[in-house]
Amino acid sequence: MDDKTKNIIQNHIDTNDVCLFMKGTPDAPQCGFSMAVSNMLKILEVNFKSVNVLEDQSIREGIKIFSDWPTIPQLYVKKEFVGGCDIVKEMYESGELKKVFSDKGINFKK
Amino acid sequence: MAMDLKEIEKFIKEAMPDASIEIQDLAGDGNHYSATVTSSQFAGKSKIEQHKMVYNSLKGRMGNELHALAIKTKEQ
Repeated sequence: MDDKTKNIIQNHIDTNDVCLFMKGTPDAPQCGFSMAVSNMLKILEVNFKSVNVLEDQSIREGIKIFSDWPTIPQLYVKKEFVGGCDIVKEMYESGELKKVFSDKGINFKK
Repeated sequence: MAMDLKEIEKFIKEAMPDASIEIQDLAGDGNHYSATVTSSQFAGKSKIEQHKMVYNSLKGRMGNELHALAIKTKEQ
């Protein structure tokens, strides 16, 4: 991954409290896993930034190296990698995701 | 690009010999699987670390030959 790509990714994560790297957009997701995470955030009414990795091949490959995680979607909250679809879904179902938002001072529907 | 269910199981088993593994071919297309992996090696590790252990056992195939593998990890 080149420095330019790394800086772009770092900047997205630094400037957005909740940042979701996904395939497609929340309104037009291009993959079921990306749609699932995006929908969970929507249901919780969390204000999040989405980055469509399909628009930029260097980010699509770069984010995998950046996070040391081979799949997309990837969710970051307050600069911390929370997980991919499986983990976020488990946390959503167990209530842990709400706890993360609450602990980190992110607004969501209680 | 597809991967056989038995092959996935073999790779995970190699990396985590004590693991019990349940794999399902979700769509019947050899491309979308779910795996439940139970192992004592997960003890004391975060979910992210646990999932990484499963990804690592597949030696770079995840996201390449293997398009979709939903993972559930359980500590034994």
